Amino acid sequence: MNATQVGPRTGGRLSAKWVTIILFLLPGLALYLLFVLFPVVQAARYSLYNWNGLQPLTDFVGIKNYVDALNSDVFQNAVSHNVFIIVLSLTLQIPFSLFLAVLLNRRFYGRALFRLIFFLPYVLSEAITGIVFSLFLQPSSMMDTTMQGVGLGGFVQDWLGDTGFVMITLFVIISWKYFGFHMIILMAGLQGIPREIEEAALIDGAGRWQAFRHVTLPLLGPTLRVSVFLSMIGALQLFDMVWVMTRGGPVGASNTMATLMFKSGFQEADMGYGSALAVILFIFALVLALAYQRFVLRRDIEGAVTAFNG
Amino acid sequence: MRFPKRLLAGVAVLAIVASACSSTAATPTAAPATQAPAVTQAPAVTPAVTAAPKAVTIEWWHISTGQPGKSIFQGIADAYMAAHPNVKINITVLENEAFKTKLATVMQSGTPPDLFQSWGGGTMAAQADAGMLQDITSAIAPWSATVNPGALGIYSYKGKVYGVPWDMGMIGVWYNKALFTKAGISAPPTTWADFLADVGKLKTAGVVPLAIAGKDEWPSMHLWTYLILRMAGYDALQTMIQTGNWNTPDCTAAGDQVVALNKLSPYQPGYKSATYDNEAAAVGNGQAAMEVMGQWAPGTEINDSANKKGIGDNLGWFPFPMVDGGKGDPNDGVGGGNGIAVGKNAPPEAIDFLKFFNSVYNAQKLEEPSAPGGSDSMGLSPVVGVTSTDLSAPLQLVLAGRDKAKHIQLYLDQATSPAMGTAINDATVALFLGASDPTKVCAAITTAAAKNK
Repeated sequence: MNATQVGPRTGGRLSAKWVTIILFLLPGLALYLLFVLFPVVQAARYSLYNWNGLQPLTDFVGIKNYVDALNSDVFQNAVSHNVFIIVLSLTLQIPFSLFLAVLLNRRFYGRALFRLIFFLPYVLSEAITGIVFSLFLQPSSMMDTTMQGVGLGGFVQDWLGDTGFVMITLFVIISWKYFGFHMIILMAGLQGIPREIEEAALIDGAGRWQAFRHVTLPLLGPTLRVSVFLSMIGALQLFDMVWVMTRGGPVGASNTMATLMFKSGFQEADMGYGSALAVILFIFALVLALAYQRFVLRRDIEGAVTAFNG
Repeated sequence: MRFPKRLLAGVAVLAIVASACSSTAATPTAAPATQAPAVTQAPAVTPAVTAAPKAVTIEWWHISTGQPGKSIFQGIADAYMAAHPNVKINITVLENEAFKTKLATVMQSGTPPDLFQSWGGGTMAAQADAGMLQDITSAIAPWSATVNPGALGIYSYKGKVYGVPWDMGMIGVWYNKALFTKAGISAPPTTWADFLADVGKLKTAGVVPLAIAGKDEWPSMHLWTYLILRMAGYDALQTMIQTGNWNTPDCTAAGDQVVALNKLSPYQPGYKSATYDNEAAAVGNGQAAMEVMGQWAPGTEINDSANKKGIGDNLGWFPFPMVDGGKGDPNDGVGGGNGIAVGKNAPPEAIDFLKFFNSVYNAQKLEEPSAPGGSDSMGLSPVVGVTSTDLSAPLQLVLAGRDKAKHIQLYLDQATSPAMGTAINDATVALFLGASDPTKVCAAITTAAAKNK
């Protein structure tokens, strides 16, 4: 609100204030320009060339790299894998996290211990998670022998080697790593809801489910929407875990936009095409983020972003 | 005034070198004797150059981070500097991946090191096309005959030489003799039909016949390359590489043989998501009977095996079998190794150092294993006249196979551009994993070649 009032009044006193603001912003701004905006612009420039990273940028090909990418089965498959992870995350992972958050929000003995256990996977790096699970999931390794030991031998799969199953395996591992993170966010949201509101509903005769469905859940809305947002952006940028565990294979069955970008740029030395994929991924994420902010998060941040539009 | 004088001196030196080297080539057995002039010659050069004792620095990047390689390289550089006080050799040792990244960066800024690790082939060709390498064809002409021509060919591009190899091996089939005996196989197969029959026998005996690595892709690609090399022959394979047309009957026929192999379910459990280390462990632990791999296989098998010993004397080697009715030469091979490429700004002293580096005396050091009967030598030297009798029996077989080959096809993913290499690996591994068919594989590689022209 202050910012809009400052605009019209300009004077010596205020410009001194602006100098201070700019001075304090400068270091951060310089780093941002140098390490975020400049590479984005460079990538956009490289994406218009056929370039192997060695020669000077001379072979200008216009939007050919983009056309090739959008027409390629491999890229379309990679996008579908990203979408697969997004859809499953929203329909399975977040509801599961919500369920645990509600459960652990109740008072019972050992609650802190459970919170800690569920949150622990998030602390591990993706690379380490990937290596550990690769070892577990090797044929006749821990996963298989455990399943056979408890009589589930019939359900054993070639977890990372089956082209039809590898994405499901990856989704389960990604969920294992991130459900604790969403659980903590949602628990924080739940704790922000005054108990009296739910109690009032219960006194008014609502059942436990009704109270949750019509009172708690709507009040948890803002937190849930942030959780969904983080989950979607994370799924779009999915790279580390897939690269460590499958490198996009077998036979491209677990490629994501990011693994394909890395492979094109750094393995195939096709920097132009790799840059085009990077720009496409950037646009996907940007459009998604802006649309989500504009249409979904709008009511949560009313007055912050939307105020500028009048 | 000074320039012609130095030029004359240079010509004189070249003449001496040429005579010294021609004798090396003629009498390879007299290795220690021919070594002597190569070193004593150095002081003779110095007086001629003292007219202008110019201080020279040579930048050398290599990736031998482990021992004994690191000390051997440093030792050779020290010996050269002792003989040439005006030359300083700056060694930078880099880990493999870091080396590739750093090299790409300095190339983009147009300042490659004077000497650096190279595997030849397509990556080197791209560097040459970018003008980052020095054409050393005439500079090494006096002594180029001392290097195995097949190995030197890998560091040549469009008729010009850009680097010198110090290691050259050949891919073949490594096998477990005990498991072969268990399956009732008395001698290694020499034809592909026998190979398939032996795979069947091993299966019957309850042994995993063959280990591959679906995640790493390249190990099975080598098997496929051998099939196409045996089917089509070296020259026809060159035509496919150069024209980019892989839609040939030979390419499809090679794929058909992979399908025939697949039908026997010969691979280890989990081969689809296996890494090369998983593959080496399967053979090193005695769980799988064979792998198609290069000269580094024994060392990797030992490192990746559970007991850190591998299968010891049970490890044997045979050349990839001949495919019945194929047009190729059964002695030809698929192989590759390590070398040193020369950067565009390298001084003449850098090339003189390469000559010293590849003298029989120094090359012998690179090939010598740490103990008699060892398989841990730094590399299999392509220098004519090097004879390491201490090498393990299978490595002796690899060397014999390499020297018998008329042609050695560089690993297909190295011979071509990085983009083509990846396309070939992707296409062929799909065939081994049963997710493609022979016609599709040849078409996919052809499409990639057209795209990368």
